[in-house]
Amino acid sequence: MQNAGMNIEDKGGDKLVLHVGPQHPGSGHFRLIITVDGDYIVGAKPDPGYVHRGAEKMAEYRDYIQNIPHLERPVIIDATGVTLPYVLAAEKIIDVEAPERAQYIRMIMAELNRVISHLYWLGIYGIFLGHSTMFMWPMGDRELFIDLAESIGGTRVTFSYVVPGGVRNDMPTHFKERALKTFDYFEKRIEEYKKIFFNNPIMTARTESIGIMSQADAIKLGITGSNLRAAGIDSDTRKDEPYCLYDRVDFEIPTRKEGDSYARCIVRLEELQQSMNIIKQVLDLIEPGPIKQVIGGVMRGEPGEAFVRTEAARGTMFYHIVSNGEKYPYRVKISVPSFRNLIGMTHLLVGSKLADMPAIYWSLDYWPVEADR
Amino acid sequence: MVNDPTLNLLVGKISDILDTTIEKNVREPIRFLVNWGRLYSLWPVHLETACCSIEFGAASGPRHDIERFGMLEAFGSLRQCDVLVVQGTVTRKMAPRMKWVYEQMPEPKWVIAMGACAISGGLYMDSYNVLQGVDKIVPVDVYIPGCPPRPETLIQGIIELQNKIRKSKV
Amino acid sequence: MSAKFATENQLAKSLKDQFKNKIKEEYVESNRIKISTSPENLKNLAIAVKELGFEQVMSQGGTDYPENNVYRIEYHIICVSKKKLRSIIFSIMTEIPKDKPEIETLIDVFPSAEFHEQETFENFGITFIGHPRMERLLLPEDWNDIPPLRKDYILPGRG
Ligand code: SF4
Repeated sequence: MQNAGMNIEDKGGDKLVLHVGPQHPGSGHFRLIITVDGDYIVGAKPDPGYVHRGAEKMAEYRDYIQNIPHLERPVIIDATGVTLPYVLAAEKIIDVEAPERAQYIRMIMAELNRVISHLYWLGIYGIFLGHSTMFMWPMGDRELFIDLAESIGGTRVTFSYVVPGGVRNDMPTHFKERALKTFDYFEKRIEEYKKIFFNNPIMTARTESIGIMSQADAIKLGITGSNLRAAGIDSDTRKDEPYCLYDRVDFEIPTRKEGDSYARCIVRLEELQQSMNIIKQVLDLIEPGPIKQVIGGVMRGEPGEAFVRTEAARGTMFYHIVSNGEKYPYRVKISVPSFRNLIGMTHLLVGSKLADMPAIYWSLDYWPVEADR
Repeated sequence: MVNDPTLNLLVGKISDILDTTIEKNVREPIRFLVNWGRLYSLWPVHLETACCSIEFGAASGPRHDIERFGMLEAFGSLRQCDVLVVQGTVTRKMAPRMKWVYEQMPEPKWVIAMGACAISGGLYMDSYNVLQGVDKIVPVDVYIPGCPPRPETLIQGIIELQNKIRKSKV
Repeated sequence: MSAKFATENQLAKSLKDQFKNKIKEEYVESNRIKISTSPENLKNLAIAVKELGFEQVMSQGGTDYPENNVYRIEYHIICVSKKKLRSIIFSIMTEIPKDKPEIETLIDVFPSAEFHEQETFENFGITFIGHPRMERLLLPEDWNDIPPLRKDYILPGRG
């Protein structure tokens, strides 16, 4: 490990191997080994694992409650999105069910987290395209949603809020007014975002017809989340297999036909609006009531297994928990959306221009910590 | 001309200036000036190692805006950076890379360990792939606790680092 | 068989007609089907599942059962384009002996399994025959311990 695996290879001819990351303003905790021939990328090999912390193994040494905080850490931008499927699976194993109010609050938190996560993505995408206003605006507006989530969950990002049997604590009073005020403000902001960024000719020139993922490829490669919807497939776990009480709210699934980077951006932008619509409906539906079914003693699962998938900010989050009746789960398998989208990144980069790499890379909303677990 | 330290004490290579000040025995004001220059233009290395990086991102956003405190944006090449903020967990795969990054930074350089993971492994104290504290491989100046630290805590850490720089010898 | 899980039962039945006693139905419940088979037959089963309309591997994982001396390998397969099948997770599983951890890869049937199989390889040491890149993905290059998700690997500090 003399040079930590970082060497520049000369492939002969005009080809050159470049290493993007792991220390690079555009890569995050991730390395991409790309082969370029002149301006074009002819080979791309992802090298993830820089944040592999062994969450699946650690989960075998912690009980069902202790597992929540560390399973949340892989995607702390989308903390509820990642713990919700775990909790739902654990509930199946422990055989409890959360009361209705708790289900609604979970939905509020999940949607708030989706907005927080998408705004973070948008801010970074702004930087990737050299548009610093688009970093500042979403980052600033994101704080408003963080405030809302903080008023429910208690911390800025790592809430550990959803627990087996319900949620940790109730919503504050006046949450509804605060939330509606924020949404009113943000709906106006979305129009401004469109003006300055999404309809900006520079932005469209850099993203339209770049990194096109065809519908057939998206299905074949197992792409998920907004990236799949940008390729024209209206698949969303919230509708396909409703969990919590998503079958009681009415929302649309934004899709696009083009499958290029721009389509992926627009789909995410429209999802912001849909998330706010869901929260508004939930705030009308929610009734006072208990928020937690108290489970006495140590939680022990029945022997058996549970699969649960939910729609997190980046796509379908899937948990498979095997229990053998002990205090600790026997096996926890997490299948995260970023990991599944990784194969799509390799596919998209090959054949595109080197200069288009940032526009493609971050349009997939790849979050390395999540992929590595 | 510019490099002639006798003409203008404050223009030129730092080492030349220092030689002059030692000669002329005017160390104290120069020390103050050099440290003052350093502490308000901290260039951080953009080395995201794990999830704490999103709070670092939030801290450079408009609400917290760490640039007010003299921490600049993390876009520079690491050859011009002087503070390495270790943003969270360092895994066994990342550790040699991080040491490499540290070694490539020019002197003087400082290290901030941000988050419980960077301090001692934190939540991942029994993980098979996590370095239990970055001070095992690089010298750390300021530890910022939290999982993740709030942006305010990060700012506090930066102020602590600046206090440390202010007192340091040249 | 209740009429409630009509689609699920129908899917399971069509596979049973095709494979007779080569497959075993582990369970069929609401939105979940799990079918086990022998390692040799896994690929044929996967092809049959694909013909039923399922499109991508959402997750693939292994589990170590030291008492039985086997690894269990599971593929969870979903469909995203057909409305009727979208809610179903189709799991196929097999068990392979620990002394000879080898199995044929499914990436020519489901290309989406590529990284999943690579991950199972490094976490359990199971070789997928025919996979073009049986190499490390997430673990560090200098990992020289036993694969971490095996039950005989004890976490440091938890011994
Ligand atoms: S301290 Fe917490 S937030 Fe920071 S890297 Fe570690 S687990 Fe993530």
